Amino acid sequence: MSTLVATPVPEPRSSQGFRVAMLLPGALVTFLLILFALGLVLFLAFRTNDGSLLGAGFTVANFVMVVSDPLYWTVTLRSLVIAALVTLATVVTAYPVAYYLAFHAGRRRGLLLFLVTLPFWTSYLLRVFAWKIVLAYNGVLNSALIESGIWSEPTLAFLNTPAAVVVTLAHAYAPFAILPIYVALDTIPKSLVEAASDLGARPFTSFRRVVLPNSMPGVLAAALVVFVPTVGDYVTPALVGGPASTMIGTLIQAEFGKANDWPFGAALSVAVMLVILCVVLVARFADRRFGSRT
Amino acid sequence: MSEGRHTQRGGGWLGVYVIAYLVFLYLPVLLIPLFSFNNSIQAAFPLQGFTLHWYATLFGNSALTSALLNSLVIGVIAATGATLCGITVSYMDLYGRSPLAATISAIARLPILIPGVIVGISLLILINLIGLGPSRIAIVLGHILVALPTTVVIMRSRFAAIPKTIREAALDLGASDWTTFRRVMLPLSLPAIVSAFMLAFLISFDEFIVVFFLAGTEPTLPLYIWSQLRFPRSLPTVMALGTSILAVSFIIAALAEILRHRGLSAPAPADPSQRKQTKRGELQWHST
Repeated sequence: MSTLVATPVPEPRSSQGFRVAMLLPGALVTFLLILFALGLVLFLAFRTNDGSLLGAGFTVANFVMVVSDPLYWTVTLRSLVIAALVTLATVVTAYPVAYYLAFHAGRRRGLLLFLVTLPFWTSYLLRVFAWKIVLAYNGVLNSALIESGIWSEPTLAFLNTPAAVVVTLAHAYAPFAILPIYVALDTIPKSLVEAASDLGARPFTSFRRVVLPNSMPGVLAAALVVFVPTVGDYVTPALVGGPASTMIGTLIQAEFGKANDWPFGAALSVAVMLVILCVVLVARFADRRFGSRT
Repeated sequence: MSEGRHTQRGGGWLGVYVIAYLVFLYLPVLLIPLFSFNNSIQAAFPLQGFTLHWYATLFGNSALTSALLNSLVIGVIAATGATLCGITVSYMDLYGRSPLAATISAIARLPILIPGVIVGISLLILINLIGLGPSRIAIVLGHILVALPTTVVIMRSRFAAIPKTIREAALDLGASDWTTFRRVMLPLSLPAIVSAFMLAFLISFDEFIVVFFLAGTEPTLPLYIWSQLRFPRSLPTVMALGTSILAVSFIIAALAEILRHRGLSAPAPADPSQRKQTKRGELQWHST
């Protein structure tokens, strides 16, 4: 974002060796592990599976299969709907928290920010596992409901449903959403809000017309960082989702595991990346359209 | 939702909401420690009484011990690699004045926009192609990649917060690039380096989605937990193990946080506006 354009000081001693040494580790990791590895996925997606590592012969059959088999449409659509619901839930619930942090927290702000980000650094697997024990047939929620007399016998309705996936993912990715929104809200000049109320805007009007539009870039960034990891998730569907909530990540994982059709798995991955690219472009467009920040 | 300090009521209701939100955030996770002390194989109410039995089962479990050692070794090596890359990438991005350095820095933050499963399979193809195969080295490479956005963002905001004049003064006084980097910029950013290392270690230590594809015969701790989840009998042991991991994660994350904030006031008694800017810079990473 804030790339340093040019320092006024000339740097005659800028040694070539220093530059090479400093650029090398990053260049190796980014070009080999990220770009080249992603290139391999793209390459493999256009090969036929003959059991060898890189397949044989060029073909578009993998993509034809992805597009023509209704199974993949169903699963992709389900992944998109689940990820969209999770994104909506996390962003909507996180917004008031970010708002409080930016405008009302006062001296407690540091502590609250820490409390909100702490779960971010704990094991994702354990957070999902926690929901499994909450939602299980003889689990925490069922037993608590029976114990308190609200229900007379345990229900199977919690675990192994798409709803369980949505709740679990929304909980797991909640900390991701707060920070970008908070940053956007915190950087709104306080004078803007004061000007609005000086000019007679009621609190709600100034929120709707001033604060909300100015925080849209943060909201879109938050939506993106929640949407991307959830749309490709395979751990949560496996642990709490059951067969009715297979997601696209589950299928990719299976192609590289049990099903052992790497080229087809690669084609699925490329399709997912294209879908994500579309979403990113839409978000970019929305950002330019609604992000009133200059 | 109302604006400003003078509307106490709006703030009050929001405060209640924030507390409820925090409860939602922490309650499910805190059930793991709760039931790890429960004297029953079932994670259900009513609680059956206090026991340390499940913690006792953790000791003398050789599969668990080797998974733990594996995770520790991989975590330290991967965190070292990710921190090193984070330092060099962000330093060159800010001071290298080359499009290549800026490109590298942008790509280094790209993994945020790629689902973990795709990072996993792309590395799986790569390590098989270069003949490495699923192994500990493969896991280290994967975890360097997963932790890289975090280390780059932390180091970049740290370097950006150091007043430009300090580096310029060093160069003016005849220090070479290398000396300026090693004797001026690195010491000034030391708290952030330690913080980046600790968080990268945590990321590696807890990581599951990518490691699933890269592990050979020696599992890491999260993979060990995953393998145990199939057996209802071993759930209490998993909860005891999970509690220990959560405790360690909380402590390391808290220390890293403290260090990061200490870092903000490290380079001289910086003026408040400077400090504010740093804080924002640090949090900026999601919105880039």
